[in-house]
Amino acid sequence: MFEPQTLLLALVLIPALGAMLLTWAGRWPNWREAITFTTAGLLLVTVCQLVPLVLAQQTPSITLWTLAPGLTLALSLEPLGLLFALIASGLWVINSMYSVGYLRANAEGNQTRFFACFALSIAATMGIATSANLFTLFLFYELLTLLTFPLVTHHGTPEAQKGGRIYLSILLGTSMLLLLPALIAVWAFTGTTDFKAGGILAGHVSGPWVGVLLALAMFGIGKAALMPFHHWLPNAMVAPTPVSALLHAVAVVKAGVFTVVKLVVYLFGVDFLRQSGQAAWLTWVAGFSIVVASIVALQADNLKRRLAFSTVSQLSYVTLATALLSTWSIKAAALHIAAHAVGKITLFFAAGAIYTAAHKTRVSELNGIGRRMPWTMGAFGLAALSMIGLPPTFGFISKWYLVSGAMATANNFALVVIALSTLLNAAYFLPIVYQAFFKPLSPEDEHHPHGEAPWPMVLALSVTAGLTVALFFFPDGALALASRLA
Amino acid sequence: MNWMQHAPALQVVAPLLAAPLIVLMRRLSWAYAIAVAACALAFFFSIGLWSQVQSTGVIAYAIGNWPPPWGIEYRVDALNAFILCLVSGTGMAVLLFSRSSNAHEVPSEQRYLFYAMFCLCLAGLLGMAITGDAFNIFVFLEISALSTYVLIAMGRQRQSLFAAYQYLILGTIGATFIVIGIGLIYLLTGTLNLVDMGQRLSQVDSMRPVYAAFAFISAGVFLKLALFPFHNWLPNAYTYAPTTVSAFLAATATKVSIYVLLRFYFTVFHLDAITPHLPLSLMLGALAIAAMFAGSATAIFQTDMKRLLAFSSVGQIGYIMLGIALFNASGLTAGLVHLFNHGITKGASFLLLGLVVTRLGGTQMSHLSGLGKTMPWTAFGLLICGLSLIGVPGTAGFISKLYLVRAALDLGLWWVALMVLLSSLLAVAYVWKFVEAAYFRPPPEQLPPSLANVTTWDMRLMALLLTLSTVYFGFDTRFTLGSAQAAAQYLLGAH
Repeated sequence: MFEPQTLLLALVLIPALGAMLLTWAGRWPNWREAITFTTAGLLLVTVCQLVPLVLAQQTPSITLWTLAPGLTLALSLEPLGLLFALIASGLWVINSMYSVGYLRANAEGNQTRFFACFALSIAATMGIATSANLFTLFLFYELLTLLTFPLVTHHGTPEAQKGGRIYLSILLGTSMLLLLPALIAVWAFTGTTDFKAGGILAGHVSGPWVGVLLALAMFGIGKAALMPFHHWLPNAMVAPTPVSALLHAVAVVKAGVFTVVKLVVYLFGVDFLRQSGQAAWLTWVAGFSIVVASIVALQADNLKRRLAFSTVSQLSYVTLATALLSTWSIKAAALHIAAHAVGKITLFFAAGAIYTAAHKTRVSELNGIGRRMPWTMGAFGLAALSMIGLPPTFGFISKWYLVSGAMATANNFALVVIALSTLLNAAYFLPIVYQAFFKPLSPEDEHHPHGEAPWPMVLALSVTAGLTVALFFFPDGALALASRLA
Repeated sequence: MNWMQHAPALQVVAPLLAAPLIVLMRRLSWAYAIAVAACALAFFFSIGLWSQVQSTGVIAYAIGNWPPPWGIEYRVDALNAFILCLVSGTGMAVLLFSRSSNAHEVPSEQRYLFYAMFCLCLAGLLGMAITGDAFNIFVFLEISALSTYVLIAMGRQRQSLFAAYQYLILGTIGATFIVIGIGLIYLLTGTLNLVDMGQRLSQVDSMRPVYAAFAFISAGVFLKLALFPFHNWLPNAYTYAPTTVSAFLAATATKVSIYVLLRFYFTVFHLDAITPHLPLSLMLGALAIAAMFAGSATAIFQTDMKRLLAFSSVGQIGYIMLGIALFNASGLTAGLVHLFNHGITKGASFLLLGLVVTRLGGTQMSHLSGLGKTMPWTAFGLLICGLSLIGVPGTAGFISKLYLVRAALDLGLWWVALMVLLSSLLAVAYVWKFVEAAYFRPPPEQLPPSLANVTTWDMRLMALLLTLSTVYFGFDTRFTLGSAQAAAQYLLGAH
């Protein structure tokens, strides 16, 4: 129907145009929301149209502008990018539904700015997913940081300002101090920054320089929240819950780990890194992040903070999987991006629903809430299973691949980390579910009756929880895309 | 008669004649109109010359039809055509901006004189860039310098006088050094024409006076271009001059001086004859790297945004000089691209600050706090300029930094590349200082009443244009890179 190039460009343009339209319609909330839904739906349809092309081994690409030799503004869609685009656009539809319920129920201000920045952030995310080279990716990466900043500081309170300051300083700081030098070095060494299957560095860089470059890139991607650059994530939780849900479970953090996988697979090259032997340290750093973040999460009483540290830990799963550099583990990395996105967005949706219905933010206050909010807590339970990696959820599949990858490379350290963190995950998620369903309501709560949150929110979180299970039974599509990677 | 044929002379003559005309007219509106017309003519002729050079190569124009070594020759080549466009283009933007901003920053009885001085300064800078005659360079240098002293002194603060005086002393010393150097070469060669000088200098037996001339001219120009540690006049001059003057100086004055240095080094002195006896590359490189670190580091500790940008200029001049110090095609290209990109970026930043001065009355960090709320567009513009100073993709600064690193790596000087990247950390720090003030501090309790101090559309438009071009030249590199590459090749092929 349309040229693949047009569709590719449309991925970035649709949400950007949507943002303009809904700003214009800001005075009429119902129209504004209608535009958001239409845009989100249109985007999802566009992404879906590209699926058969990519599955048929095609790589639609378009060069928009050439700045200098080897430096172009170009888009191109490969399997990993498509997977990321699918997740982000699909969850945007669901999240829009949730946002409408949340913002209206909590009477948030500046809703037009909220939806406009949201749509623009999705445009930047689509840009990241479809970038054909590191230069383009960097542009969209920085744009995403700038565009999400007003969302993080949405409330405008001193606390939000503080969170926003940490958010902006760490994300901009790491990208400019570490990733930008890596970008310049890659271009200076190879004369290009294009992503190619098998990487572009082989033959241009050797010895410890590979390790240095890898370190610059991996720590430079602050959005992947590799320790010690993870502080922005728990601090960004001051944002309204829909922001935390989509941006800090899906778009922003996934843009980070997506970039990690993308750079390792398409810039460094898996084989090249394996032969250079310069990536071993990354498994250690990622393993450390996984365990330490889990321990912090265990102690957090604030629900969103616990989820945030769980995110830090889960993101490092992807980094760990990438660092193992085996065929299995690279697939695991791609699958885990999807698995964690669907699971974590459910958890955030649930946290927001609890806040909206019961005005509770602490884990210790959740006794017996499952009986009042069965759908919410049921979805929470399913998503928690996915985080731990138990069937019947999608998290099981990605963890299966990860363990296989660790076995294939005989990496005992990784195996120990996975085992330990699985236990820790169970230790900080299952008690919440237990508390909610099996402990009695506190006497104080007896006097404050409440039910479920508004229906759009409950519907949204039920759908994402359903997706977690559905993807366990029908993982073929995701597997097909992931297996094209390595 | 074909007007374009006389473009080299006309583009200097137009602003030069405009200046006395403005003084005679005295009426402010006339003064403004004449200045704009003169500047527009200069800009038009610059563009014309640039495109003519692209197609036909070097344009030689004999003033008064006196043939070259005897008469004064104006000589336009790939290098100075590029500089002329930068000078007259930013001059135009600054001039259009100045009408409203001067109303706040220049005493009313001096306003028409501002335009006279501005035209003189423009004529001086354009003349320095276009002339092919050594003594003529000195004359135009003095014209531009003297008018600059007056322009700086027009600032409202009392420190403006001191800043102007300081620049006057150091600028005069610099100019004296330059004229001594020119005199020495004249003694040796008996000619003032730059190309002729270059040819005759290669036949000179005794090299010692040539070295002396080289040293005098280098030191003199270093002072004028504010190479660390000769930069002392610059921070005060930028800080206390009216904002339009800061913008114009930052975008053009130091840049033209860099051009003069290149002209002397490549056209007059034969670098292959000098460099075996003098570690020029090392010397310039060391000074440049020192400037990159010292300038940027000092900028971090400033509390006045204008002063912060001034010290950032000292650092950024270091990048330009570093590219030049590599003395190869890619290094020169990087230096020249950065010369242009930094000029545009700094011009834009100062114009945006001009908006801040007009609306909020000053550029101290206390004025800027909460700028993201009080003047969101201006704050965002300054952020973009800041990103360009750091060298973030999507801005002009990225292109130059990219080529600078590449040039260093081409020569195998990986530690120089590392220095460039490390010093960018300092740029991040001083830009963050602005971000911190603008976005994370509350606006001052008492804002000036907004009706009294409004920025007008012409100010906003000019600031917007320059800011947009900071982004535009980060993507469209055909003009900047193309011109810089052509200029670098021309310089290296000249001998």
